[in-house]
Amino acid sequence: MATLNQTISDAQAHASLVRRNKNQDILIAGLGMLILVIAISTLLAMFLDLFITGLPRLQDPDFYLNFPSRKAEEAGILSAWVGTILVMIVTACISVPLGIAAGVYLEEYAGSNWVTDLIEINVTNLAGVPSIVYGLLALGLFIYAFGMSETVLVAGLVLSLLILPVIIVSTREAIRSIPEAYKEAAIGLGADQWQTTYSYILPAARPGIITGAIVGLSRAIGETAPLITIGALTYIAFLPNAPVSGDFPFINFDWVTSPFTVMPIQMFSWVSRPQAEFQINAAAAGVVLMVLTLMMNAIAIYIRYKVRRTD
Amino acid sequence: MLTTPDDQLRAAITPTPNFLRKRALIDKLARCILFAAAAVSVFVTIGIVYILVSESLFFFDNVSLKEFLTSTTWTPLFAVPSFGIWPLLSGTLTVSAIALSIAIPLGLLLAIYMSEYAPPKVRESVKPVLEMLEGVPTIVYGYFALMMVTPLLQTFIPGLPGFNMLSPGIVMGIMILPYTTSLSEDAMRAVPRELREGAYALGYSRFYTAIKVVIPAAISGITAAFILAMSRAVGETMVVAIAAGQMANFTFNPMEGAATITTFIVQVSLGDVRHGSIGYQSIFAVGLVLFLMTLMFNVIGFLLRRRYRLAY
Amino acid sequence: MTSFSKSTGMMKNLSSTATPVAAKRTHHAPPPASAGQQDTWLLEPTEDLRARISNLEFWYGDGTQAIQQLSMPLVDKRVTALIGPSGCGKSTFLRCLNRMHDLYKGVKYAGEITLMPENVNLIELDPMAVRLRVGMVFQKPNPFPKTIYENTIAGLRIRGIKKRAVLDEMAEKSLRQAALWDEVKDRLHQSALSLSGGQQQRLCIARALAVQPDILLLDEPTSALDPIATARIEDLLNELEGQVTILMVTHNMQQAARISNYTAYMYMGQLVEFNETDALFTRPKCQRTEDYISGRFG
Repeated sequence: MATLNQTISDAQAHASLVRRNKNQDILIAGLGMLILVIAISTLLAMFLDLFITGLPRLQDPDFYLNFPSRKAEEAGILSAWVGTILVMIVTACISVPLGIAAGVYLEEYAGSNWVTDLIEINVTNLAGVPSIVYGLLALGLFIYAFGMSETVLVAGLVLSLLILPVIIVSTREAIRSIPEAYKEAAIGLGADQWQTTYSYILPAARPGIITGAIVGLSRAIGETAPLITIGALTYIAFLPNAPVSGDFPFINFDWVTSPFTVMPIQMFSWVSRPQAEFQINAAAAGVVLMVLTLMMNAIAIYIRYKVRRTD
Repeated sequence: MLTTPDDQLRAAITPTPNFLRKRALIDKLARCILFAAAAVSVFVTIGIVYILVSESLFFFDNVSLKEFLTSTTWTPLFAVPSFGIWPLLSGTLTVSAIALSIAIPLGLLLAIYMSEYAPPKVRESVKPVLEMLEGVPTIVYGYFALMMVTPLLQTFIPGLPGFNMLSPGIVMGIMILPYTTSLSEDAMRAVPRELREGAYALGYSRFYTAIKVVIPAAISGITAAFILAMSRAVGETMVVAIAAGQMANFTFNPMEGAATITTFIVQVSLGDVRHGSIGYQSIFAVGLVLFLMTLMFNVIGFLLRRRYRLAY
Repeated sequence: MTSFSKSTGMMKNLSSTATPVAAKRTHHAPPPASAGQQDTWLLEPTEDLRARISNLEFWYGDGTQAIQQLSMPLVDKRVTALIGPSGCGKSTFLRCLNRMHDLYKGVKYAGEITLMPENVNLIELDPMAVRLRVGMVFQKPNPFPKTIYENTIAGLRIRGIKKRAVLDEMAEKSLRQAALWDEVKDRLHQSALSLSGGQQQRLCIARALAVQPDILLLDEPTSALDPIATARIEDLLNELEGQVTILMVTHNMQQAARISNYTAYMYMGQLVEFNETDALFTRPKCQRTEDYISGRFG
């Protein structure tokens, strides 16, 4: 009788333990979901708030075609979005080839020696340097030491340096994910290292590299602090010379040395005004910025997803 | 049809010496160019250190290190300037502490959920959302803090000023949540499956396994995640510049507004400060402090991460 | 059984240093003796040679020696099979012949791999120059993610051959040689990844043949394929006999017996027996070979 009671109470104890464990599991899963909901609703709330506030200006075509103005309802983002495009062109032209080349070197060429270690630790560290410090670098080096002014070129340069680690790291990851078999196949056919890299490794790594470049550039689009530091917060009510013109030689690079403003800086200058009407402009600019960066991120995620599916 | 005799064909497919010479040259050239590209990053670091240190040296010609480290007022642009970094540090640390007190527990819980509980499908669809959250420009977060979170907080906390450290701290916490989550999750996922199976075989619940086995095994990686999040928080600029105000204020009270190191740099850059003036030099001095702080965090984080990578 | 344990005992002795015993074991003409009694046996073929490997030694970057005092001939335009238990160094040996190991740090060779009739030592040549002459097909089919046509002529592109007529002709020729032409001639410009595993492997063989290699190395080329695809590759290799010098690693003794003219049995980084395939499988000269092929060991 005693043993039977013992068995029953054991079984009861086990059952209550299992129940407690189950409850714990449900609690954790519920908390996890709750945090996710908070994160997602933050994203949605941010977007909706900006969208609803900025809607009057977003519907107004003049908002996209006007220069900034003292009157909030006439102010537009023309010089800002043109500036963003021009700065991004410079940034992409510098950071993408440089980042890919450095990534390829570290992944394919570098021997294991102290120089490689130094570069690797350095890239890891640069990825963690606050963006405003890059701004100080640009201010001290480009603006004062080299005597450049606050131009599209300087902005492109500083943003390039800022996103360089992102592109290097993603290039390395993309190359690392290529099966060794491809490389051996090319080498086995008599290819030298550059032929292997250029004709076989880089094409196979392309989706990963493109993803990294897009993520890096989307970060650069939203970056504000380093550009403020170089003194780019100025009133720009004109456009740089168009890069393409109808006259010979059709292409010019005057725009590279032109003063500029960009979307996040325009938004910042509106946010810092006390008048509520300017906050509407800021919200509208924020929507444009968010749509831009979220779209770029979505493209990057989509490319990665597609590549994973076909593997 | 195959018409060419074999030896002619063989001659046609043999690489010419000229081609081989050209190929070897290109190979060598490519190696040099790629190395140069990799070396650029080193020059960036050298550039940063050189600029920060050289301008700071000018600054410390005029301001004693003692004043910099002990004074509790920061008024470099006043007629009678004072250069104590404490007000900027207190602002930086307070906002960071609020951000971390949100990002760390939530990030850890989310990481446990993602690595131990969530079915692969949920995980696959959550990651992109977190990446999206990470991709939103910081200036948008700043606007969100100033225009939405602060008014919301003011309904609960009457008398909360428009510029305060609480609101940007909370928003920054949500902003770095994806970062702490993904770093902690990486660390937990690196824990070998056998360790978990051993715990399950002993009758441990999932929660117990996570707390008693996975987290202790992943502790160096998780610590690294927190430290790297800290580095992110102290270096963040736009959220605080917009929502925390720009007055240097020696306080740890989150209900007050205060400048951080980064907002001070923004504030000076927005004004018209001459090259060579003490105000100009001061942003490099505080920039150097910021750089050293983040460098320290990054190095510790790097070493801890490497440790868990080596362990498994 | 006693002779087996005796010989492994000697192996251990040999793997530490190159002892005088090892030097004695590498004579090209071993003294005649009755079958099954030899410790090692190296046939000197009467046909023309394409290469001769003499006293080859190989060390990995971590210092472990994987090949010891290996000598054997490679007969021109014939198929030679390399057999042996896994880990015996047959793939390592194969990869010495096109210097594939040079991709990794710190590897070291000694001895000679003499390519005939030019009498050049592949060990002393630039590894890239070696790979331009010695082709290789791997265990798993590894076509590039490009079109079938581009895969076939990849080696020619690497050699800087640009003439369309030459490229087209070599593509057709090598695809025919690899018995793939009829299956792919209508879709040369489709992705190679759309082919089946067996077709992909034949494409890899075509890719290697397109540059007319002096020697073609095959590293267990059918181990990742189903029996039908394997049979097609074996047929193809039989047809290549008389056209290309082939050295093939196989884990499958029946396969070696079916398609090779000569067979080499390796054990623990050393050559035990090299003989005509029929002779090696029916009248092995060494006890160790007999143990292996009769399934008593390995």
